[in-house]
Amino acid sequence: MKSLAELQALREQMKGRVGIRHDGDSNIRVVVGMATCGIAAGARPVLAAFTDEVAKRGLTHVSVGQTGCIGICQYEPVVEVFEPGKEKTTYVKVTPEMVPAIVSQHIVNGAPVAEYTIGASGAQS
Amino acid sequence: MMQELSLNVLDVAENSVRANASLVEITVEEDTAADRLAIVIRDNGKGMTPEQVQTVIDPFYTTRTTRKVGLGVPFFRMAAQLSGGDLTIQSQVGAGTTVTATFGLTNIDRMPLGDMNGTISTLVQCNPHIDWVYTRRRDGREMVMDTRQFREVLGEVPLDSPEVLFFLRDYLQENTAELLAPAAAGEEQ
Repeated sequence: MKSLAELQALREQMKGRVGIRHDGDSNIRVVVGMATCGIAAGARPVLAAFTDEVAKRGLTHVSVGQTGCIGICQYEPVVEVFEPGKEKTTYVKVTPEMVPAIVSQHIVNGAPVAEYTIGASGAQS
Repeated sequence: MMQELSLNVLDVAENSVRANASLVEITVEEDTAADRLAIVIRDNGKGMTPEQVQTVIDPFYTTRTTRKVGLGVPFFRMAAQLSGGDLTIQSQVGAGTTVTATFGLTNIDRMPLGDMNGTISTLVQCNPHIDWVYTRRRDGREMVMDTRQFREVLGEVPLDSPEVLFFLRDYLQENTAELLAPAAAGEEQ
């Protein structure tokens, strides 16, 4: 059973490392649509997969969060990637299996995974 | 329609987020003797007028502008009623809202509870500025996760740092498994 004493130990370990997370203009923001439509379509495991993948790779300049319904419910789960100075990328019908490719190809190497984007789905956004 | 009750909880709790709550308390309580499951979502957000409370159970009412339907509460209410339970909303402007859903615990039409821990982790991660209290109770025994206690221990370490989020997941999983033992851990019925 986990206890708060273990959390205390974690805090001691993390002391001094706080602030390592960049909060500057170079941050990449990944947001997952978490309204009724997104949740029903499977957004929760997608958000967890992004969190895991970003942590696994130690990407301190990437934040993972949520957004509401952006009005394209039929394409949920929808994930938007915001990079400073670039156009937003919108991924549609995202599954946890697609997440490692999006993180490695797009977030790490800067090349959006075209086949997963809304443009490739033939949608009018 | 959601596949599990925990997804309804995630969806309905988002209403508390949008109501600018600073504290959201989620309780899941099983009473096997009474054959009853109760899920309560209580927030201290901006609350609603009696007229607004009436409208939120209407699927064709929503405050959003991106689409014309608001299905969160109607879905949750339907899931409750299908299993012989019901959904009630108590709300006061300026004080907050409490949504209570009851279910027939062993009713064949009751949706599985599903991954409640995944729902709680998601809510904390996406809304670290809010305090979350999650209580899982079965026949008088309980386990509680309170982010206020977490914050007290963590000091300057943010609640949404990856290490803390992973700890939170393990904390919920291990303590829930212990509460529900000897039943199998993980996915719940």
